[in-house]
Amino acid sequence: MQKQLIILLISIQFPFLLSSQQIDQKAFNIIEKIDKNMFSKTQIVTSEMIVYGKRKKRVIRSKGYSMGKENNFTEYLSPEREKGTKMLKLDDRLWIYSPATDRTIQLSGHLLRQSVMGSDLSYEDMMEERKLSEIYTAKIVQEDSFNNTPVWIMELVSKVEGLAYYKRTLWIDKNKYVPLKENLYAKSGTLLKTTTFTEIKKIDARWYPMKINYKDMLKDGKGTDFVILDISFDSNIPKEFFSKNILKK
Amino acid sequence: MIKFIIKGILRDKSKSLIPIAVISVGVMVTVMMSGFLNGIFSDVINQNAKLDTGHVKIMTKPYSENKEQLPNDLALLEINELIDSLNYNYPDLIWTPRIKFGGIMDVPDALGNTKSQGPGMGLAMSLQNKESGELQRLQLNKSLKKGRLPERSGEVILSDDYATKLNISTGEKITFFGTTMEGSMVFQSFEMTGTVKFGSPLMDKGTFIIDIIDAQNMLDMENGTGELLGYFKDERYDDQKALVVSENFNAKFQESEDEYAPVMVTLKDQNGLRESLDMGDAFSGIFIFIFILAMSLVLWNTGLIGGLRRYNEFGIRLALGESKNNVFKLLLIEASVIGSIGSIIGTILGLIFCYYLQEVGIDISDDTANSTIIMPSVMRAYITPNLFFIGFIPGLFSMLFGTALAGRGIYKRETARLFKELEV
Repeated sequence: MQKQLIILLISIQFPFLLSSQQIDQKAFNIIEKIDKNMFSKTQIVTSEMIVYGKRKKRVIRSKGYSMGKENNFTEYLSPEREKGTKMLKLDDRLWIYSPATDRTIQLSGHLLRQSVMGSDLSYEDMMEERKLSEIYTAKIVQEDSFNNTPVWIMELVSKVEGLAYYKRTLWIDKNKYVPLKENLYAKSGTLLKTTTFTEIKKIDARWYPMKINYKDMLKDGKGTDFVILDISFDSNIPKEFFSKNILKK
Repeated sequence: MIKFIIKGILRDKSKSLIPIAVISVGVMVTVMMSGFLNGIFSDVINQNAKLDTGHVKIMTKPYSENKEQLPNDLALLEINELIDSLNYNYPDLIWTPRIKFGGIMDVPDALGNTKSQGPGMGLAMSLQNKESGELQRLQLNKSLKKGRLPERSGEVILSDDYATKLNISTGEKITFFGTTMEGSMVFQSFEMTGTVKFGSPLMDKGTFIIDIIDAQNMLDMENGTGELLGYFKDERYDDQKALVVSENFNAKFQESEDEYAPVMVTLKDQNGLRESLDMGDAFSGIFIFIFILAMSLVLWNTGLIGGLRRYNEFGIRLALGESKNNVFKLLLIEASVIGSIGSIIGTILGLIFCYYLQEVGIDISDDTANSTIIMPSVMRAYITPNLFFIGFIPGLFSMLFGTALAGRGIYKRETARLFKELEV
């Protein structure tokens, strides 16, 4: 009798379990496809960061080289004040080199939460290069449209410790598998940042946003624009770009 | 008459010892508490004025609304012209710019890599311009713990605790890493020339001081400042005068359409000082009132006991023909003399304790280590001229009040029954 009851319960719940697993799998497949678009073995990006200050705006041009999720090297090209400043990220360590003082400073811990050049981006934001599928569990919350584009609204919750943002809500373009908007939350549920992705272009076989607006919700202003001028994926980058010696060269 | 009363008091100690003891203790506590509260309030005002608020402070309107964030992108610009106009319009005040900014101080090792680092708060002031009076105002010479004060461009002093935390010695290089007024990244190396103890836990935690010209160049704030502080030339804060100056200044910019128009605030209108100091004043008033009342009740009781003990004496005096008014008058004069003796003893004892608290103080640095407001780390009393007479008010008043209440019984005595009562 007990055995029959267990079989009956399993047979009732099975379609629901299967359906929930299928949904989880679908959500996971979506973020894997996003990762395929947004991440590559290597990236070389020439970009402009437009910081809207209270009195005037500043445009900071830089060239960045990244390899996998651990290594990133950025050299600032203009304006004159920033020219020659270099940043190197190896794993979870970050060094900044200033040509004016010929000093290399290593940042760690809570100092990484400081704003980069008065922008709405923190050093932590710039260092976060891990694939979403590796660090978040995902579920589809709703299907909707965003700026006349059909989207999935997905909720991602951290599955590893120590992430800058515990929860993310993403509006995913159903056709291009690229996020169009992202809300980033603290563990307390406070909305910390909003990111808007526009000018989605097809580069090689992937879709990629060429303009991203970061808005720190705890600050006034209209946020910081990050405009990609040139990007290449999976190019060959010499290993010396990810060594501390590059900073003083 | 007074001589006669004093003789009476000295010869009959039973009628004066307890009241004098009660008054002495009461007056001593009143003098001590007044001196101590005076000291705390004066220190809070002086420290805030010197380190942060000035007697009046000018900022741009948006800066003043967000000043906790040190928003130097909203700083005052063209300050030389503004200072000229202020000197002309308000000749009683000296104006001096201050820039507060946050960033990271990084100490290099022999290879130029990071040896130690920590976030800090920078304070830029006119160190090299002797006319500004900043060195005397902040008494940095007295606060110096190690080394010397900055004398040239490119030199910095650190709070002693901060230097210890960063493990840096005088003469070593230290690099500031932060952002300019507009948000550009800035690296600037300084030579650490000495350390100071501000005496305020908030400042001692992580403050460094550089010259204002260095800060203006470093932060791209040429001819600009975050805050422009005004000090009365006699270095004494007068709230009424400060209010008149600030109202007059603000009226000129009330209609201004400039988003960055300057606004002036008084010392007491910053850091919640007006509420705190007014509340402190009210509390000390209430404290003295309650003390007078409590002492009066004790002395009333003492007077009643004394009155009962001297029942026969008053009876005989009335029977001999002394008027009730005269007996009551002499009783009050006697109370005044006792009150004066008690007040003198209490004032002397109170002043001795005040002197001790003035010189030694009470160290509260452990309790205020995480304080977010500027307050002294050692609470001290201050001996001021008013302490020499403030104790006489409760001392005399309570004795007179207590005796007057107890002495009412004299008027209830009926002369016709006196001899029967006295069994003469």
